[in-house]
Amino acid sequence: MKTETKKILIDPLHTQNPITLQVLGICSALAVTTKLETALVMSLALTFVLTCSNTAISLLRNKIPSSIRIITQLAVIASLVIVADQFMKAFLFDVSKQLSVFVGLIITNCIVMGRAEAFAMGHPPGKAALDGLANGLGYSLILIYVGFFRELFGSGKLLGHNVLASVNEGGWYYPNGLLVLSPGAFFLIGLFIWIQRSVEPSIQEEGN
Amino acid sequence: MQFLREQLDKVEPHFHKGGKLEKLYPFFEAADTFLYTPGSRTQSGPHVRDAADLKRTMIMVVLALIPATVFGIFNAGYWEMHAANPAVQLASLTVPQIVEAMLRGAWAFLPMYAVTIAVGGLLEALFSVIRKHEINEGFLVTSLLFPLTLPPDTPLWQVGLGIAFGVVIGKEVFGGTGMNILNPALTARIFLYFAYPAQMSGDLVWVANNANWVDGFSGATPLGTMFVHGADTSQYLYTWWDAFWGFIPGSVGETSFVACLIGAVILIATGVGSWRIMLSCTIGMVLTVLLLNAFAPRPTHYMAVSPQWHLVVGSFAFGTVFMATDPVSAAQTNLGRWIYGFGIGALMIMVRVLNPAYPAGIMLAIIFMNVFAPLIDYYVTKANIRRREVRLGLQ
Repeated sequence: MKTETKKILIDPLHTQNPITLQVLGICSALAVTTKLETALVMSLALTFVLTCSNTAISLLRNKIPSSIRIITQLAVIASLVIVADQFMKAFLFDVSKQLSVFVGLIITNCIVMGRAEAFAMGHPPGKAALDGLANGLGYSLILIYVGFFRELFGSGKLLGHNVLASVNEGGWYYPNGLLVLSPGAFFLIGLFIWIQRSVEPSIQEEGN
Repeated sequence: MQFLREQLDKVEPHFHKGGKLEKLYPFFEAADTFLYTPGSRTQSGPHVRDAADLKRTMIMVVLALIPATVFGIFNAGYWEMHAANPAVQLASLTVPQIVEAMLRGAWAFLPMYAVTIAVGGLLEALFSVIRKHEINEGFLVTSLLFPLTLPPDTPLWQVGLGIAFGVVIGKEVFGGTGMNILNPALTARIFLYFAYPAQMSGDLVWVANNANWVDGFSGATPLGTMFVHGADTSQYLYTWWDAFWGFIPGSVGETSFVACLIGAVILIATGVGSWRIMLSCTIGMVLTVLLLNAFAPRPTHYMAVSPQWHLVVGSFAFGTVFMATDPVSAAQTNLGRWIYGFGIGALMIMVRVLNPAYPAGIMLAIIFMNVFAPLIDYYVTKANIRRREVRLGLQ
């Protein structure tokens, strides 16, 4: 693999992670991660929208007048979000109901707009698609991590199956109520940021 | 004494750079400065000459906490005995019964304290070794404060988990002692409150061993009763004086207003705790209560409860004296302290009375104002600079 391709693919997973480094998409990372299942579905939906929108905008990039580029990007993204939303309503109705407005809110997810504006507008479709996929996966990585720990320790389950038998159902595990609340997700993301920057000191922000 | 000094000096080289135990230097340093006044001097100005360093200051807080601790231990034991056998009455306690109460209380409190020290101390030491900073006596205060805020029946694993969270998230992520935005002991307490509400609130947790309770005994705290019956004092299970002296169920250290008052006197006399914060907390609390009293829909409504009751029930006194005055997380400027304290008192009543989900408002109020303390200080300092510039005609 060429170094540049590798960089596009690997950076968003670690040193340019959209959530922990660029601190984008925090809202959905808090809202949909109480269960691993919703986190997974949300990750898939966002990765799909991001990859397709990056490709489409990259294909159109030389035709879009710069004065109306934001609204054009939004039109593309919005159409893709509707496709994802309708698909989920048709085939994953339960999860779609739990995710409620957050699927629709992918339109406002800064990662999608950010990649369209920062990358797809200036790169050919192949690279743009790869970048969209990689950023989607970087987002998914954090969502799955948060969803995993919140569901495991917050309710003792994984994907709805009992892993740690909770006391409410006659087991031994006391579910941690804090993890079910949004601050729990904040702490988990914060810990991830802390560990990530300790492992890789070069990504630490300069103090002022 | 001389012998001890010689022994310390003899082992010291091992802990210096290049020595066998170099990595464990923080431990040596902690032991040495705990026993003797540190030999180090401030390297750069400005200098303040004072015999009271961080360690002595922290020891004063621990001393001030002793009345609350001793009373708390007795009270926890007494309620456990009273709940198991209603014949044990406060007015007719015999000396052996008092001793038994102390022992039972100690049996409930000391394991929590030991777990706090072990888990918190271990984490503290771990961070000291990795980050190469000193082990601070600050933890001595945190480790005593934290179990005092817990119900006597708290499971020990929760105590350990709570203090781990408090030390790591409340203090070490910000850079250790002196850098923390939040009070670590309160951070730990709030973590447990939200993570395990079943063991931290309700009527069953405030007296130890609820499996042994006789029928008809209610473990409700005065705050819990107040919440149900509002200002209708005839329905209260305890008199105002019970709450004043502290003969009521509750978290270990919080019940006695008098013990907290003694602590306050010690802290103020030694200059360790800010009287401005304590006073403004109380003023904020009283004024907010009076405001709510004025709007109470009926005389027995919860909003009509009088300020003197709010003063003695719940953790108001304990929080105001020992938690709000934490010199690191409180406001640093004098005007800032007035605002900060007033905010705590006012918010506490808001949360306690107007928000049915969280009956104990003091910890939330203090943590909330902790977050605002740097902002308050910033504007107070700014205003002062401006005032002086105006005076000099620069603006």
